[in-house]
Amino acid sequence: MNKHRASVLMRHEVGLHARPSVKLTKLAKAFQSKIDLGLSPDGPWVDAKSIVKVMATKAPKDSTIYFRAEGSDAKAALDALVMLVDGDFQDGP
Amino acid sequence: MDRKMHRTACRIEGRSAAPGVALGPLLRLVSTTSQAPVSRSPAVERQAFEDALEASRLDLVALAGEMKDENAEAILSFQIALLEDENLAAPAFALIADGETADRAWVAAIDPEIATYDGSQDHYFHARASDLRDLRDRVLRRLAGEVDQSLPAGVIVAADDMPPSLFLATDWRDGGLVLRRGSPSSHVAILARSRGVPMIVGADVTEIESGADAVLDADAGALVVNPGAELRVEYTRRHAEQLEARRAASSYSGPTQTASGERVKVMINVTGLAELRDIDPSSVDGIGLMRTEFLFHGRERLPTEDEQYQIYRQMAEWACGKPVTIRTLDAGGDKPIAGLTQTGELNPFLGVRGVRLSLRRLEVFRVQLRALARAATVGNLKVMIPMVTVPEELVHCRALLQEAVDELRASGREAALPALGMMVEVPAAALTIEDFDADFFSIGSNDLIQYVAAASRDEPQLADLARPSRAVFNLIGHVVEHADRSGREASLCGDLAGDPEQAAALLDQGLRTFSVAAGALAPVRAAIARYSGKGA
Repeated sequence: MNKHRASVLMRHEVGLHARPSVKLTKLAKAFQSKIDLGLSPDGPWVDAKSIVKVMATKAPKDSTIYFRAEGSDAKAALDALVMLVDGDFQDGP
Repeated sequence: MDRKMHRTACRIEGRSAAPGVALGPLLRLVSTTSQAPVSRSPAVERQAFEDALEASRLDLVALAGEMKDENAEAILSFQIALLEDENLAAPAFALIADGETADRAWVAAIDPEIATYDGSQDHYFHARASDLRDLRDRVLRRLAGEVDQSLPAGVIVAADDMPPSLFLATDWRDGGLVLRRGSPSSHVAILARSRGVPMIVGADVTEIESGADAVLDADAGALVVNPGAELRVEYTRRHAEQLEARRAASSYSGPTQTASGERVKVMINVTGLAELRDIDPSSVDGIGLMRTEFLFHGRERLPTEDEQYQIYRQMAEWACGKPVTIRTLDAGGDKPIAGLTQTGELNPFLGVRGVRLSLRRLEVFRVQLRALARAATVGNLKVMIPMVTVPEELVHCRALLQEAVDELRASGREAALPALGMMVEVPAAALTIEDFDADFFSIGSNDLIQYVAAASRDEPQLADLARPSRAVFNLIGHVVEHADRSGREASLCGDLAGDPEQAAALLDQGLRTFSVAAGALAPVRAAIARYSGKGA
């Protein structure tokens, strides 16, 4: 089974708001794996590819974002997502 | 050229809705969807919904491409991402499958999302509610067949009907409008009169093709397609005369008096700042009616407190101390606003419109009242409540207005309590006018007439009933008499005031304040100046 988990501290000043959520869901959609996002290691989990669900978490600044992914590119997906959040949602290269 | 001259002229009869003459090529607008709320199968509703979602998405992608501003672009990207997320529309598709109409299903799906943002303590998330509302309204407009488009200038537009937002977005210089539906008292007709756009209604436009030459004689209520050379010459001359007459009418010769020397106030009805550009405030007695619903039309989102404040403030500044009467949002009836007015009402004219809607959408109403209370510090601003039926509605509005003033002052903002008056357009209010705690009264004759006669102003067959009758004049007399006795002002701001042939009958009822479209100023003043007393 290709299951992976990761977590990252989000420092973005206004939390997981519209622009970060747009970037995060766009990036998640680039992968085939099923990817979930939560605000605690035990969930509840939401689909990280759905902006409606991601925004609904209303994650504030300094919350830890947890990811779990399942699929062929799960590892790569989580690496990319963690890098995005850790890099404060700056545009990647 | 030769080919056109050999075509036979074809005359299409209609009814005059706004006077004037126009010459130019025809442009036939074909509405994309049926306007009638016919019941459609779930499959058809589903397809309409999918089309509206996709069209809205493409609108947003196009808009995002035009944006230079990073913040605006971010909001649009957010909205696009929302539309691309199946989770948003999924509940709507489920409702449609169960037989709900697409527009209701969409509102039912997105409103709970909006509510979660509205309820957020975090002001950033709270503010996203407006992005969702904007998105909701965009899709609703698409479902209603409205298109973000503007029409070329200098053409005669022929269509079944036209939303006010499209009318307002169009440059009508030298153009004209021919509609199959609507009536001389519809709101597009009111706009056409105030902007001097020749317009007829009730014309059979089905055979009209774009590109043909035509003359529109909105005085006679007819359109002539492929006019002969003689007609063209005649109408070119009349068109020139019309321009000349307009220039002459804008010259002003002092305050209006009757022949017997009695002073009569003549104010203007406006829909926005643009109309005030060409009017010298010293030539009128103020603004008797500012229709704020046009601020809410054709927009991406509801106007904010600041946007409204800026407009009201500029009007008050323009007026240089003269009264500026601003009517709070009169949506509903024939003035739907996507996402705000109720959809699917069986009889919208007897439904949730005017103050009835404002008191049910307090979050929208409060924003307007705050903007008005702020602008009231600048000039002689008066607030007028539409569609008041019972005294309690006005009491409620007064309390809300006071609250707005108190809140603004508590937060260190400047605010003033403006005079609060009411439109008198519901017969129940006119009959019991002495029960209402209003600082002033303004009679809305268009609605009053249709409610008194129980005859729709949009039904051409009932045009004879939907006219000012003795019953209407009795009510007007009753209201004016009460206002005089109690030392308050009564004015009349409906189309009746702008009809020079009715001026004497209104003066007979004691009316001494008229509020008319700018285009009607000169003829109404002339009619008042001829008046030499009751029965004379």
